Amino acid sequence: MESRQDLLANIKRRQLWDFFFALAGLLALLFALVTLLALIVDLAMTGVPRINFDFFTNFPSRFPEKAGILSAWVGSFCIMLTTAFCAIPLGVAAAVYLEEYAKKNWVSSLIELNIVNLAGIPSITYGLMALGLFVYKLKLGQSILTAGLTLGLLVLPIIIVTTREAIRSIPNIIREASYAMGASKWQTIRYHILPYSSGGILTGVIISLSRAIGETAPLITIGALTFIAFLPTSPVDTHLPYLNFKWLMDPFTVMPIQMFNWLSRPQAAFHTNAAATGVVLLLMTLIMNGGAIWLRSRFRKKMKW
Amino acid sequence: MRRLKERLIEGALFLAAASSVFVTLGIVGILITESIPFFEHVSIWDFLTDREWTPLFENAHYGILPLLCGTFLTTIIALIIAIPLGTVAAAFLSEYVRPNVREVLKPVLELLAAVPTVVYGYFALLFVTPLLQKVFPSMGGFNVLSAGLVMGVMIIPYISSLSEDAMRAVPGHLREASFAVGASRMQTAFRVVIPAAFSGITSAYILGISRALGETMVVAIAAGMQPNLTLNPLEPSATITAFIVQVSLGDLPHGSIGYQSIYVAGLSLLCLTLCFNVIGLWLRKKFQEKE
Repeated sequence: MESRQDLLANIKRRQLWDFFFALAGLLALLFALVTLLALIVDLAMTGVPRINFDFFTNFPSRFPEKAGILSAWVGSFCIMLTTAFCAIPLGVAAAVYLEEYAKKNWVSSLIELNIVNLAGIPSITYGLMALGLFVYKLKLGQSILTAGLTLGLLVLPIIIVTTREAIRSIPNIIREASYAMGASKWQTIRYHILPYSSGGILTGVIISLSRAIGETAPLITIGALTFIAFLPTSPVDTHLPYLNFKWLMDPFTVMPIQMFNWLSRPQAAFHTNAAATGVVLLLMTLIMNGGAIWLRSRFRKKMKW
Repeated sequence: MRRLKERLIEGALFLAAASSVFVTLGIVGILITESIPFFEHVSIWDFLTDREWTPLFENAHYGILPLLCGTFLTTIIALIIAIPLGTVAAAFLSEYVRPNVREVLKPVLELLAAVPTVVYGYFALLFVTPLLQKVFPSMGGFNVLSAGLVMGVMIIPYISSLSEDAMRAVPGHLREASFAVGASRMQTAFRVVIPAAFSGITSAYILGISRALGETMVVAIAAGMQPNLTLNPLEPSATITAFIVQVSLGDLPHGSIGYQSIYVAGLSLLCLTLCFNVIGLWLRKKFQEKE
């Protein structure tokens, strides 16, 4: 029989352990966050003084103080556009099928298993696939189109998963009400399900684009050039039909590749340029992620079914 | 008419969903077909046992071992950081922290996963390596240790986020039962919540391992690109992914042995990740049977 004192000591000991474990958890979190902070501060201290207007309007150069990221940010922008254009319709359509149409059979479970597995496939193998398939088999060349398609396929699972979550959160009464009014399945999806889940879909889109903008390895694999001193063909023509898509076939570089290129040179002045590019890149990803988090919390609060 | 339109739409949506399967088939198919010519050149035995990997040199050797060695070394260092810290952080977030604080902390932690990997490479090369050189003065500018450490921090959110989801999915009455018999929060976390969430935590670990194996830019920037059969983390080394980057940066004629070698490297990488996924699946099954 334990005495009262033993019991108290026992409780005290366990409370102490409890406290230590909470402390360990706090320290683990702090370690991660302090590292993130160190990364941001270190990058900003080196990079921010280098950022000025010329840095955005100059082409890369062999003189570090003249070099800029014009071709890199234009390239990133064009590729983002292409990626969004191919990944969003495909991803949303796939999610709608899986949530609204798919019956429980081996085909749909194969697709689901596959999407889960795609998330674990290293991004560089997407680049190898694109090099073999898009560049050499389909002869699309080492172009903006190839890069956009590659990144589009890479972020497809993210869009599918987030869209499915958004669709799943819409209660069945909405669907039933729509059917009761005589709407067909597609009309229900088109006029009710998709508009109501647009907030969640947008969150997924932003997160996937912020992932694509920082992605480097698959683009190196398909043969992004590291030194480009020209811009893609202008998408606007002076004559009919005023728009052209020649820029899709132009070679490209993007900000992370420009940064990698400067980082792999020995001169410290180029490292400063790399840091400045990193600041721009980090700022964009942080803004996009912050925006996504804000959107998610806003929609969660607003939607009370 | 309307029925036909509905059918057409359903068909189109199905094709979109099936496209993810085509992506997988595309990746596996291309990697295999482009690797086959390589093995007509090099025997599989040489590939698996030769201790040098120099496919671009005059006197070419095609042994995957140095690349595997570099890959495993960086992965293990990363996991030594990421698994304990990620799990403890997950348990802390799920069991100790109030929900509104967690709603803030979790997204902030996930920002670690959002930082572009090339920025982590910068951090490893120009911040962590100089810091480590103060401890190990003999260490060179390129080394496996700083790449692995930074990669570990990068992977923490993958592990903590999924583990935390799994732990929070454990029903509250299990916790209440544990508290009711007098267990502390820590005892509840270790003896009730973590075992109950184990299958979810396993998937988190597997995702972390896949990330670490396939991570490219950090190792390409900070660990050097020199295939090196060593277990010393202070030395430079090349991983499978770093080798692919190195070759891709050069001018690569289609069909050359260099071109084929990156596909062989990519295929090896895919097999490795596949292995770990299968092990993870098996672990989960085994555990779920016990329940």
